[in-house]
Amino acid sequence: MEAGGSLSAGRVAVAGVGMHPWGKWGNNFVSYGVVAARAALADAGIEWTDVQFIAGGETVRNGYPGYVAGATFAQALGWSGAQVATCYAACASGAQAIDVARARILAGLCDVALVVGSDTTPRGFLAPSGGERRTDLDWLRFRLVGATNPTYFALYARRRMELYGETEADWAQVKVKNARHGLNNPNARYRKEVSADEVLASAMVSDPLRLLQICTTSDGAAAVVLTSLEYAKRHGVPDPVKVAAVSTVTPTYPQTAIEMPYLSTDSAAAVAPPERLFRDAIAHAALEEAGIGPEDLSLAEVYDLSTALELDWYENIGLCKEGEAARLLHDGDTTLGGRVPVNPSGGLACFGEAVPAQAIAQVCEVTWQLRGQAEGRQVANANVGLTINQGLFGHGSSVICVR
Amino acid sequence: MPEAPSITPAPAVDGWFTTGADPHLIGVRCPACGTYAFPPEIFSCPNPRCGSSDLERVALSRRGRVWSFSVNHYAAPPPALSPEPFEPYAVAAVELPEERIVVLGRVADGVALDELQIGSEMEIVVEPIIPGADELVWKWKPVGA
Repeated sequence: MEAGGSLSAGRVAVAGVGMHPWGKWGNNFVSYGVVAARAALADAGIEWTDVQFIAGGETVRNGYPGYVAGATFAQALGWSGAQVATCYAACASGAQAIDVARARILAGLCDVALVVGSDTTPRGFLAPSGGERRTDLDWLRFRLVGATNPTYFALYARRRMELYGETEADWAQVKVKNARHGLNNPNARYRKEVSADEVLASAMVSDPLRLLQICTTSDGAAAVVLTSLEYAKRHGVPDPVKVAAVSTVTPTYPQTAIEMPYLSTDSAAAVAPPERLFRDAIAHAALEEAGIGPEDLSLAEVYDLSTALELDWYENIGLCKEGEAARLLHDGDTTLGGRVPVNPSGGLACFGEAVPAQAIAQVCEVTWQLRGQAEGRQVANANVGLTINQGLFGHGSSVICVR
Repeated sequence: MPEAPSITPAPAVDGWFTTGADPHLIGVRCPACGTYAFPPEIFSCPNPRCGSSDLERVALSRRGRVWSFSVNHYAAPPPALSPEPFEPYAVAAVELPEERIVVLGRVADGVALDELQIGSEMEIVVEPIIPGADELVWKWKPVGA
């Protein structure tokens, strides 16, 4: 379908996509990024030396090279004189890198851009950088409150229990679904069926969330090659997957839902909460730019940091009304073969988090789906796909691609 | 190096809460638009249509209601402090009614974690972050517990 919500919609092509498989490989993150970048370039049939702009999604856990990710990947691929940017937006880093590259193309500053995100992660909980940093909220939430990322996911999950009567067993079905979706995905780390009983028997981590209700941390990388639509057509791709929208919105004051890594919400004492809280606003901005509604989506790749959080996203995107996400799940609407499959890739349940890579990986999956190349997990007749996640400290992130 | 003298526990952060018999969180209130904020270290009023930089430090309500909570069954990594042997600990997000603000905090030591409930009333106490720690922090304790 042609999305026509704005001048930008559909004018940038996803010419190539590539990944390094997710896992715990123990190598330098640059090596994963180079594998993903070369795969995306090969997929596009474009030489690295023809890339005019490279954007790197950046991680802060890899020391000096991580802080300069764009140039680090450029050096590893061989200095070519390309223009460069590095984007840090936590989990939204990859989407921001895509947005910067897309904007360059839309502005006419370049025709071919490469976006790369790559990461290594330690075992266990993600944690702040070292040192004693008593002015850093990410440091303080660990020191003062002992609030890990799963602590926040658990707060949201328990709200779902309280408001909608959901249970751990409801959420377990998200894991069962995503594990099944990822079975045939060659880039997924976990490719094994999981039963609801196994989920419910796994160790309690942050009550009410158990180990198999929370995503793990992984090493992994993803890359996309973006080009102007004219460039794609000149190079023999008359009908490429196109970027219809990128949403990078911040919250609107007052943000009344507690979000990582903050220790408090904004106050609603003097200003009423906005029409759309942050997660709703991320999806809304993307759909509005693309000029479509949630009913137009063929599939969605959402940030299932926890199983319960996947259900929040159904409502935030508008796939169903508030409180009806579990019913949507149980009716099979979000399962492969259903009305709007969610996380056909297997999602973070099968991949784990590789922070600056995951938003790009979501776009890779949507691209394969829209091309009909998602072997073993293909959504029938897919023509519109949405990705969504959110980056720490208020970085919105959603990309809509169309065929 | 001489042996360090024994230390009286002190607030882990300065200016965020008082200690003593009836401790309270310290926030800011904007005299221009009436909005509140916690923690108090902010540069100007967070209301984007106000932006006043003339904020006053105020005591926040001592009581509020549980918005949500979690019980953690694994030790959080450093810089979190954890007792040895590890004991599950709870974190509660509590909404202060007058300020319309939700503040996260540890649940006070000795509270029966299986009795926590969304909507129940909590009040602020100040305790060492973990038993024996020399850093004090605010915590939420069920009213009447």
